[in-house]
Amino acid sequence: MSEQPGNAADFLEGEGLFGRRAFVRVALGGVGLCYAAALGYPVYRYLASPVEKAAAMAAITEVTLKDAAKLPAGSALMFKFGPRPSLLIHHKDGKWVALDAVCTHLGCTVHYEPENNRIHCACHGGVYDSESGRNVSGPPPRPLKQYKVAVTDAGVRISRA
Amino acid sequence: MGKAISSVCAWVDERLGVSDLVEFAKQKTVPLHRHSFWYYWGGLSLFFFLVQALTGVLLLIYYRPGPDAFESVRQITFEIHFGWLVRSAHSWASNLMIVAIFVHMFSVFLMKAYRKPREFGWWTGVVLLMMTMLFGFSGYLLPMNELAYFATKVGLEIPASMPGIGPKLAALVRGGLEVNEFTVQRFFALHVVVLPAVFLPLLAFQLWLVQKHGNAWPPAEERKPVEARQTIPFFPNFLMKDLAMWLIALNVLAVLASLFPWELGQPADALKPAPPGIHPEWYYMSSFQVLKLFGTWFPGASGEAAGIVIFTLGLVLWILIPLYDPTRTAGRRGRNATYFGLFALAVLLVTTVWGYVGLK
Repeated sequence: MSEQPGNAADFLEGEGLFGRRAFVRVALGGVGLCYAAALGYPVYRYLASPVEKAAAMAAITEVTLKDAAKLPAGSALMFKFGPRPSLLIHHKDGKWVALDAVCTHLGCTVHYEPENNRIHCACHGGVYDSESGRNVSGPPPRPLKQYKVAVTDAGVRISRA
Repeated sequence: MGKAISSVCAWVDERLGVSDLVEFAKQKTVPLHRHSFWYYWGGLSLFFFLVQALTGVLLLIYYRPGPDAFESVRQITFEIHFGWLVRSAHSWASNLMIVAIFVHMFSVFLMKAYRKPREFGWWTGVVLLMMTMLFGFSGYLLPMNELAYFATKVGLEIPASMPGIGPKLAALVRGGLEVNEFTVQRFFALHVVVLPAVFLPLLAFQLWLVQKHGNAWPPAEERKPVEARQTIPFFPNFLMKDLAMWLIALNVLAVLASLFPWELGQPADALKPAPPGIHPEWYYMSSFQVLKLFGTWFPGASGEAAGIVIFTLGLVLWILIPLYDPTRTAGRRGRNATYFGLFALAVLLVTTVWGYVGLK
């Protein structure tokens, strides 16, 4: 018998690299993969639905907080920029600052401490500057992301910097 | 690479003894005869159960019981990607599962596979069927649409018509005097926790029994001498055929679920009248029709009561069949059992068709 792969005799014998047995095996594997994809793809999209929704929400470029202009000086409020918890601070000197409120260390939500005029993360003691969002002490590796703030008649408009 | 895999396999095998199982499976045989086709229906029931478990878990990810039930199913159907398909597959597979179990039960009955030593297989099977119907009943309410609302309302009238404790029992199941969000909540608990918790061990028990006793020979084959009977090895021959049937079932389910997506309907509204032509699911149609017939034959509530009594008696006779047709030498009694099986099948079919015709 010939040792050459791929000739007709081999195919009929079901031997060799291109024999019938190998062909059937590859065909079955291919069909199996098709089934796995046909089942896996809908399940993946089904599970990923809320992720896609959140990603779409996160793609917004600005948000307007209607009554936030009434926020007294020296205090702060939390709001959502898309799905992200965020922090709006009205400083005693009248300055408005909006920051992402997710700690850059391990993702806890930070809070504004008016008495120390700083931003603190309770999880691991990270401290940020309340005007620039700069990481001042503790484990945070990066500053908090800052947003642009515009106080108008319609409310406080916060947009991506 | 191949060497590495085989050494890992050997490592695992040395500790778990998998090769013993394979060896055991190779020894196992399955009878081969002209009724062998019916051996696949237990496996098909199992397949649809697995589909139910998987799609059920997927639905559980977005479903919210209670007052929000309809809204969450609406979101699954119209907002979540492929949610309509998951829900449709769950609904279709539930119906196909009941079809498969019915076929399995009647084939077991008519092939006399309930006889000694397989009595427990029969009993667990009947209980599993009844539990599957309860799965169907409780799951049907969960979308809290108009049809679900009335089906549950009417369905709970049956336990309510039991003398004495009936109304109290129905109110307890319902969680109120009318079907409401508490009903959905407790049916949900029943559907996803209580029933599976009982169903799974029973199923495992039945599968173990099948392994222990093997497939039953039908009486006509059993009369032949052992040498004249044919078998095929369970592994891999029967298993491959079994899996091929599963593949066919998967394809049928895929076609039905995608081309005939299950409808959502209107949200349940206690103040809206029942929609015209409303009827129970097909697997409850027969008992529905029997109750209706008895209701017209006898005056007042006694008709329904008579219907329930007759139905219950029939069911008890059905369950006890291994006790009065116990062995292959049962002779005359064996033939009567066949007549009983055919009669039950005829009653189910006739009353079901009658029920649908009566809707028109």
